[in-house]
Amino acid sequence: MSVATPLVKLSRNDFKTEQEVRWCPGCGDYAILAQFQKVFPTLGIPREQFAVISGIGCSSRFPYYMNTYGFHTIHGRAPAVATGLKIMNPELSVWVITGDGDGLSIGGNHLIHAMRRNIDLNIVLFNNQIYGLTKGQYSPTSEFGKRTKSTPYGSVDTPFMPLSVALGAEASFIARAADREQKLLGDILTEAAKHKGTSFVEIYQNCPIFNDGAFFNITEKGTKDDNQLVVEHGKPLVFNKGKQGVIFDCYNPRVVNVDEVGLEAITIHREDGPLGYHLALARMHGPELPTALGVIRRVERPSYDELVNAQVETEIDKKGRGDLRELLQSGHRWTVEG
Amino acid sequence: MSTDTSSPMGDPESNGRSVESLETVAIRFAGDSGDGMQLTGTQFTSTTAIVGNDLATFPDYPAEIRAPAGTVAGVSGFQIQFGSLDIHTPGDRPDVLVAMNPAALKVNLPTLEPGAMIFVNTDAFDARSCEKVDMPETVLEDDTLHAFRVFKVPFTTLTRGALEESALTTREKDRCKNFLALGLMYFVFGRPLEHTEKWLDQKFAKKPDMADANKRVLRAGFNYGVTTETIATTYKVAPAPIKPGTYRQVTGNTATAIGFVAAAKLADNDLFLGSYPITPASDILHELSKYKHFGVRTFQAEDEIAGIASAIGAAFGGSISITTTSGPGLALKGEAIGLAIMTELPLVIVNVQRGGPSTGLPTKTEQSDLLQAMYGRNGEAPMPVVAAATPADCFDTAIECVRLATKYMTPVMMLTDGYIANGAEPWRVPDVEELPKIPVQFRTEVEDFKPYERDVVTLARPWVKVGTPGLEHRIGGLEKAEGSGNVSYDPGNHEHMIRRRAEKVDRIANDIPDAEVIGDTQGDLLIVGWGGTYGALRAATTVLRKRGHKVSHMHLRHVHPMPKNVEPMLRSFGTVVAAELNLGQLRHILRERFLVDVKGLNKVQGQPFMVSEIVSKIEALLGSPSQEAVL
Repeated sequence: MSVATPLVKLSRNDFKTEQEVRWCPGCGDYAILAQFQKVFPTLGIPREQFAVISGIGCSSRFPYYMNTYGFHTIHGRAPAVATGLKIMNPELSVWVITGDGDGLSIGGNHLIHAMRRNIDLNIVLFNNQIYGLTKGQYSPTSEFGKRTKSTPYGSVDTPFMPLSVALGAEASFIARAADREQKLLGDILTEAAKHKGTSFVEIYQNCPIFNDGAFFNITEKGTKDDNQLVVEHGKPLVFNKGKQGVIFDCYNPRVVNVDEVGLEAITIHREDGPLGYHLALARMHGPELPTALGVIRRVERPSYDELVNAQVETEIDKKGRGDLRELLQSGHRWTVEG
Repeated sequence: MSTDTSSPMGDPESNGRSVESLETVAIRFAGDSGDGMQLTGTQFTSTTAIVGNDLATFPDYPAEIRAPAGTVAGVSGFQIQFGSLDIHTPGDRPDVLVAMNPAALKVNLPTLEPGAMIFVNTDAFDARSCEKVDMPETVLEDDTLHAFRVFKVPFTTLTRGALEESALTTREKDRCKNFLALGLMYFVFGRPLEHTEKWLDQKFAKKPDMADANKRVLRAGFNYGVTTETIATTYKVAPAPIKPGTYRQVTGNTATAIGFVAAAKLADNDLFLGSYPITPASDILHELSKYKHFGVRTFQAEDEIAGIASAIGAAFGGSISITTTSGPGLALKGEAIGLAIMTELPLVIVNVQRGGPSTGLPTKTEQSDLLQAMYGRNGEAPMPVVAAATPADCFDTAIECVRLATKYMTPVMMLTDGYIANGAEPWRVPDVEELPKIPVQFRTEVEDFKPYERDVVTLARPWVKVGTPGLEHRIGGLEKAEGSGNVSYDPGNHEHMIRRRAEKVDRIANDIPDAEVIGDTQGDLLIVGWGGTYGALRAATTVLRKRGHKVSHMHLRHVHPMPKNVEPMLRSFGTVVAAELNLGQLRHILRERFLVDVKGLNKVQGQPFMVSEIVSKIEALLGSPSQEAVL
């Protein structure tokens, strides 16, 4: 993605569309949309260079509300559509908006392969742990035992943790945000935009209709201090207003009181740290452990679109731009005289 | 084999033998999957093309890469028919069979007419190999083959003999024996060795000992023919009257690939292919992956759906975009095709048809995806369907599909099949100036831009490259309002858009040539065909007309919408027969559309039509027009 200086200074209003936003009142998607519209004008990218691609689901209505190029595709396939677009138009800033059903159930295959290839996409997965648009069935991230319309006796499906999937799929950038942590969300989107390669951002998003309060212990006053740890590169893993910290011992996290062990004993977060550490960090959850938010892993490796286009350039340098006449005349030929 | 009337000649190159002139010959090379029969066939084909014969080929190989050695399941065959006149098919029944082992003999024996020549590798007919295919060890000695002219050749022994001084291992030496067979056929049919020798030098430029070994064996095969007394006659097949020009050999898959490279060039754009490997379409992906310096990007996707989805993304971005597949893959792409129809983006879907349903017969040919191509989607989702007629026609068809897709802003289905995809024919290379231009206009004007405003003639919506300032807009699979392209649930708008999308496709009928007709425009019986059966139907029609029957052949390349001469033609014949390799899919469409009592001539065996079976069925039908004539 080339970051050009915009000729016109863009504002939040430049990214709003005339379409009436039609999520349910109180939906976490509103807050996420607001952050996108706030962050996009600050990235130094002309508006026409943004493409927002989605699949199917509540979250996937997103492109209609962003005044950029947008494509509301079919269920689960947004990463594949975005891949074709990015390969042929590497200068674009391409965003994939997906959900836990769209991205991890029907579209799981495309999601993992996009991350494995490290295509320069920003994939944002709104995780509300429920199927909203189809009115309340359990999703691949719903907790074991969950009672929903399709599981009246409790779900016997073991859920995915999206960031574990991402790490298993060789993702070069993974982060977790929450709809109700607005500033952090904005910062993470900015970092995701800057990363070259696939940036995978999971956003905990509240569905007030079918799964209200799924993340309240992480996002609400009164509980969040105990349950939320915002990680920062080079800084110790502390939470609960600095009173508590996490120490990793052979990738096993344990919670300690900072004044008992001293701040220097607390594990320092490294975005380029070992995969095992990132996996253990991403998988921390209550009640014993806090949930990590922030950029968990960020490593540099070449992106697929960059490599593909470099091959094209190399071949053109070597052979010259392909000539149609030569192409037709290639291979074994013979002439029939008149 | 058809013989011309001239008497044996004293040819200085005949090595003292009588030389007989032939008009056409069909040879089948058959052996184990690992015996190199496809390569042998391809080499014989190249040399035959270069000496000026017209020809058609049919590679016929098993789905297993290496089926158990020596079994019937593992037999790989390559058939070529060549001649001094127009050749449209690889021949119904081979005049010459080269059998490298008992399994190859067993499989192909039923296809031979009495009097056919059989060259057998006697070294391979030991007790164990014969037992494997349930043949008596005495098969070459008893009267099983008495109806044929059998030439017993110890291929393996001769090969080892020729390579006595070579440092290669015995195993490596034995792998050269297909070149012994090739050399021998070059002798029998008077072809030069030099083209294959040159090819070997290029192929093994880095392994000169391999090139040398194969050349020695090739020559040994030729010389065996010269010295053996069992071959009393050699054959001469004069060059065919072929339109002057530069020719090359192409398979349908190669022609498809370079057709799309050409189309993108003609549209002054870059080509994107999103594809998942599937037999028999993968060679298009292989071929296109070589053309990076033409700006071609090939993307081997994680599955069939990602193949087409990525192509849709590239089309949204403003590139010439295609996806390639075969029947089962097309089934997976159905939903995404609907998306391309709804978003009115240009895209070509290539379906190289194979035997179905399900996994079916992956390496065998069939035409049973026509209805899937026409209707295999949810909702009212029409799209143009164009079917290539011959291997070389795949080139023109690819260009035509890109022309229609970009002009009408629609996905287009290009149908080929395993038979023309792998079959080869000489192709007169066109001049670049002969090719149609594909003018593509991208919308850049900001004022009054509406994403779904239609061209008054074509009904196409504007194509906008992502990245064009001021034209930011959203598209998607939800129903669109005419003009603005905003999401619309309005009942009237939905029906309007359904009809508009259908009419847009229907209007293509004003923009395509008439269907090709062989014979008169009226008569007793019209054979209607489509796609890869062209050669067989045309050859059969020629035979029928020579016999005095008032039979014509109309061939559809544009299957949907159909050319304007189709209806009057259907109404100008006493009997209309749709001949196709399925249970009557075109027949169904013709009957439904024109209310004409079309009869069916159908075959679903994974094999192409034989000219003789068409001729006999049509003659039977002409004698008793009430019957259905199902093969």
